[in-house]
Amino acid sequence: MNKNKDVESIVVRLAGDSGDGIQLMGSQFTVSTALSGADFATFPDYPAEIRAPVGTTFGVSAYQINLGGGPITTAGDAPDVLVAFNPAALKVSLPLLRKGALIILNNDGFTKRNLVKAGYENDPRDGDTLSDFQLVTADITHLNLEAVKEFGLSKSEGGRCKNFWALGVLLWMFGRDLASVETWINRRLAKQATLRDANITALRAGHAYGETAELAAALPQIRLPETKLEAGEYRSITGAEALALGIAAAGELADKSVMFCSYPITPASPLLHRLSRLGEMGVGTYQAEDEIAAICAAIGASYGGMIGVTSSSGPGIALKTEAMGLAVNAELPLVIVNWQRGGPSTGLPTKTEQSDLYQAVYGRNADTPIPVLAAATSGECFEMAIEAVRIALRHMTPVILLADGYLSNAAEPWKIPDVSSLRPIKHKEVPDSDESPERRAFARDEDSLGRPWITPGMPGLMHRIGGLEKDIDTGHISYDPANHQTMTNLRAAKVESVANFIPDQSMELGDDSGDLVVVGWGSTYGPVFQAAKATGASFVHLRHLHPLPRNLGDLLGRFEKVLVPEMNTGQLATLLRDKLCLDPISFPKVSGQPFLISELIEKIAAVTKGQTS
Amino acid sequence: MSEKLTAKDFATSQEVRWCPGCGDYAVLKAVTKALANVGASRENTAFVSGIGCAARFPYYVETYGFHTIHGRAPAIATGLKLANPELDVWVVTGDGDGLSIGGNHLMHALRRNIGLKILLFNNEIYGLTKGQYSPTSRVGTTSPSSPAGSIDTPISPGQFALGAGAKFYARGVDTDKVGMSDVLQQAHAFEGASLIEIFQNCIVYNEDVFANFTGRKDAPNTQLHLKHGEPMLFGENNGKGIHLNRDTLELEVVDATTSPEKVLIHDEANKTIARLLIDLHLPVAMGVIYRQPAVSYEAAFYAHHPSRMQRTKTITDFIKGPSSWHVD
Repeated sequence: MNKNKDVESIVVRLAGDSGDGIQLMGSQFTVSTALSGADFATFPDYPAEIRAPVGTTFGVSAYQINLGGGPITTAGDAPDVLVAFNPAALKVSLPLLRKGALIILNNDGFTKRNLVKAGYENDPRDGDTLSDFQLVTADITHLNLEAVKEFGLSKSEGGRCKNFWALGVLLWMFGRDLASVETWINRRLAKQATLRDANITALRAGHAYGETAELAAALPQIRLPETKLEAGEYRSITGAEALALGIAAAGELADKSVMFCSYPITPASPLLHRLSRLGEMGVGTYQAEDEIAAICAAIGASYGGMIGVTSSSGPGIALKTEAMGLAVNAELPLVIVNWQRGGPSTGLPTKTEQSDLYQAVYGRNADTPIPVLAAATSGECFEMAIEAVRIALRHMTPVILLADGYLSNAAEPWKIPDVSSLRPIKHKEVPDSDESPERRAFARDEDSLGRPWITPGMPGLMHRIGGLEKDIDTGHISYDPANHQTMTNLRAAKVESVANFIPDQSMELGDDSGDLVVVGWGSTYGPVFQAAKATGASFVHLRHLHPLPRNLGDLLGRFEKVLVPEMNTGQLATLLRDKLCLDPISFPKVSGQPFLISELIEKIAAVTKGQTS
Repeated sequence: MSEKLTAKDFATSQEVRWCPGCGDYAVLKAVTKALANVGASRENTAFVSGIGCAARFPYYVETYGFHTIHGRAPAIATGLKLANPELDVWVVTGDGDGLSIGGNHLMHALRRNIGLKILLFNNEIYGLTKGQYSPTSRVGTTSPSSPAGSIDTPISPGQFALGAGAKFYARGVDTDKVGMSDVLQQAHAFEGASLIEIFQNCIVYNEDVFANFTGRKDAPNTQLHLKHGEPMLFGENNGKGIHLNRDTLELEVVDATTSPEKVLIHDEANKTIARLLIDLHLPVAMGVIYRQPAVSYEAAFYAHHPSRMQRTKTITDFIKGPSSWHVD
């Protein structure tokens, strides 16, 4: 990279030990990026261990951000800048880098011990290992300790300021001022004056180092073009933040309180944390004793007239399965959010995957259909949460909303929606009739098949519900063969009826007929969008996965080939085969890492040339 | 409530389908009677059950009712109580439902002290699945799944409850209308989780398992009916009493006429004595064995919530986040 460069977009990767404060450094750099007006996408990539053994490759915590004039929809394929705090961080990141990338290394991290732990026989700073790259090294640990010496902190306390020292350098490179980060430090460490001042001093020292130090002569200053984002007011948002806001907003739109019940699990917990701060919007959060109790308490809350919501990741969702069937049978509204992660079993808790689609659509005992939605981007988690609640209340059914670990943590600029344009959420009112309470409780809407939401406390409407098959009209226990057939059909028809309320599938990019269409779902939206744009391929992105939009079969049928890239072994491809009798070309990836734009472009090119597998 | 309801007003039109002679019939009667006695309203009462013979209970009470899934009734009832703390929420469970598959939920409901009245129908057997031994079955119980006798050490519901931090634990016998009704009314008045263990006779799979202390004729000698602040007396003419041996820390039976000073006075808040009473065999302790008033979970939940679950702010107040910027 040349000095003082103007670039369209740039990918920066920060990497170090999980105790180095990489995620904090990354998120502060993101906030500063957002305030500078640039478009961006981030990818926090951290180990499952909280403080993994120091210096090891599996303990490397990384944060990648792609920033520029936009549109930016992914965290970027290959980093242009790497800041690495130790040999392990270098080793893990090196294969990802663009040739010619700038590497900033902390010399102090390159001890003999750390080199051995990272599996380096020779110091990579010597020899040819880094000859393809532009290398800048600095004694970050020492320079930082020197800077914060005056505060009399212990070596370890002082050492922990080094992420802010490095952030100072980075902010200088991008021509940013320090105000937003200083404001954050002031607020966060308001009660710890010494630590607060030390961190601010470290930040300023790093920034000054960029400006004045001799070694820094090699550091480029990077200027990004004016952003091309659509006009409006923006904020930075992660999927967990957007989904929390969406659920709270849905409560307001339905004029109901929300009870969110969950059990901590990676990567779903951020939603619990976010919602626990939205109490004043009529949101309650309940941390249950286990996954089953969490969904059961949510069902109990829905039975009591609040919007019951639960959230987990694949293994926890598996535990909730029986209770989902209860909500289906009892015809109660419920939202189940699944932040998918790598599996099976405990799998890769901190890595992302889309492999719970079968589980969502097919994964329950008996004929137990549930509508399934998926959010494409962090920001879109807001509207999909509202949509999930809307369907749950309109049809009186549980709804599964699929997100994933990538969306949970990834930040992007989000155009703040016009709240006044959001439609109220409605459910069937209790019919005013002389019928018995039992019959009124199951007087379903003709179009949605949703029943009135009668809750304990309402006078004169006492009735019983449960998991046993019930009479279609009264809810009484029924073992009648014909009634079971009718009820099974009704449950299927109810979920199918969702398709009558959702918009037809539209094209994300390209013509609506032709040789090839790429079909995506969930968080692969970013890379698929960019790859389709680069190749001129048509692109369809699904948000409603069950039922599918009514026109989808016709739409996809107008293409010769349907290519389905997804982060599993081909689950959407199976769904399209099953529901639409299509024969799509599956492009699966299950490495725990998001798709690269480049590999998608390659695949699209190959398929266009006639390759079919 | 303008008019006082009677036990009959709490009966549904549904045909009750327990085995003829099942102890559940008597409990149903005691419960509807207790509801009438405490002046419960039908719309503000909900029965939540899990799976098992007793779990059909909600269909037979003219209130709101939710027959849920195996072991999960306390969890579902917790959500219901949080959503509407004004409701009287009763949980109906059994030894298998509450102490085996649902043991975790029962434990946490008790330690949280959520305002649920939990009826634990203990018959020491799995009835609905046709007679397998349960977690309260005594060692050596022969059953379809333990033809040579069960080998599991049974759990004591009372010790389980106190160990979990329960604040209210009481006992009754299915057929003891007076005792049951009294215990149910006291449970109803308690703020927080109350666990009532009901010795319930399964006439098909475990008949007379409690006969050594539930027989009416012998009851004065085999049952110790506890009343807070009163001496622990039983037997013909209350001639016998319970004494604490301070050397062995065990309860002993003493002659109450000759040594009345030795007889313990029942203090419901004494957890140590409660533990000894739970383990007492012949007489078997009945009534409220332990009661320790404490803040209920739902009260704490609402008190700690910034707006007591009311919507005092709108999405507009939160949607912009900590900082936002304009793009022109």
